[in-house]
Amino acid sequence: MTTQHITLTVNGESREADVEPRLLLVHLLRDEFGLTGTHVGCDTSNCGACTIHVDGQSAKSCTMLAVQADGRTLTTIEGMADGATLHPLQQAFWDQHGLQCGFCTPGMIMQSAWLLGQNADPSEAEIRDGISGNLCRCTGYVNIVKSIQQAAAEMQAAAATQTGAPVAAG
Amino acid sequence: MIPGQFEYVRPGDLDETLRILTEREGEAKLLSGGYSLLPLIKLRLAQPALLVDLRDVAGLDGIAETDDHLRIGGRATHRQIHEAPIVRERYPLLHDVTATIGDPQVRNWGTIGGSVAHADPASDWPAVLLATSATIVCRSQSGERLVAARDFFLDTFTTAIEPTEVLTEVRIPRRPRGAGGSYQKLERKVGDFATVAVAAVIRLDADGIIAGGGIGLTGVAETPFAATDAEALLTGAPSEELFRRVGAAAAAQSRPAGDVRGPIEYKRAMAAEMTVRALRVALQRAVANA
Repeated sequence: MTTQHITLTVNGESREADVEPRLLLVHLLRDEFGLTGTHVGCDTSNCGACTIHVDGQSAKSCTMLAVQADGRTLTTIEGMADGATLHPLQQAFWDQHGLQCGFCTPGMIMQSAWLLGQNADPSEAEIRDGISGNLCRCTGYVNIVKSIQQAAAEMQAAAATQTGAPVAAG
Repeated sequence: MIPGQFEYVRPGDLDETLRILTEREGEAKLLSGGYSLLPLIKLRLAQPALLVDLRDVAGLDGIAETDDHLRIGGRATHRQIHEAPIVRERYPLLHDVTATIGDPQVRNWGTIGGSVAHADPASDWPAVLLATSATIVCRSQSGERLVAARDFFLDTFTTAIEPTEVLTEVRIPRRPRGAGGSYQKLERKVGDFATVAVAAVIRLDADGIIAGGGIGLTGVAETPFAATDAEALLTGAPSEELFRRVGAAAAAQSRPAGDVRGPIEYKRAMAAEMTVRALRVALQRAVANA
């Protein structure tokens, strides 16, 4: 089978690959690039474990072909931490016990990051709606919601400090 | 799940796309958002020889109101439609439906044209296009063809579009004064396909009397359908009693199959109930828009 040459940016790094058109994006990430933080859960676009960002939009990488990512910019869970400093969402999932087995966590964090990019101060209902495409079979979501709330508050405070704007109470 | 082998091309414009569809008639499938087609390909329920990705075809994602229609490009994503100011301000029916399709990731990538051409028997958009008597624009090398939504959905995953055509636009009649619509979906869990869902539109005259309307149902037949028997009853002074009669007529016209989402009797009962709920909200919105 003929392959196609693709070029894309993954976590700030330019990558190239020769892929069969039928190769799924999640398999490119995991098997070719070694980025195994993105998980394959249901493999039917239900569970969201494979969620990444493609050109800034959250996507289920089991339901996208690698060739569709040609020329695009991707962020995976490996691109979230800044060196040894965890992303506020990663830290919040740790602090709030937002995971048990951890399988859904990379997708949960990537979807939450997209949500907070759209809406810096979501209500609990907006958080629950925002992660409705991500399934967790351990926690019952309560601590996941708390984690996202913690991260939202910290990211807003950090943004306010940077811009010098006052931080809203509560 | 590993898809079977296929070729992949990404044409740069619509003319090139149409040329490929003609040259490879019957072999090619169009790829838009991919959230309906790729699961089928992964399950090998669909095995196209060629995928034609519409990603680089510009000009197919506009959302604009004209004198007669709200025109939505086939490549507009559910999210783009949901967030369009004209939809937020003037088309709560569309704002309803775009909030309930799949989940946020699906709405980021899935497109109206993809959903409509795919025509899943439980998909959301068709009910809305039927209730509003929308028009679907199909383009081929020989030009544009306008198909009424009511002539478009033929059977399960089967529509009036030809293999050489691209669904370029959906035209929803411009909302007149005194009109309101609503989409009410019953689902087992958030993000599920509809057990049953109903799109209803009510048009009031200057005296607040129902002058007409439209009702589209999904999930309760081999393909989404317009409940024409129910629409014929939708006239006169609005009342709960009238809505119950209309709902019963819509349910009588449904042909549900018993499955994991419930037995036939339950789905019929819910078709009636969801029709009533959709009519109630449509009426409120029609009154507010008088």
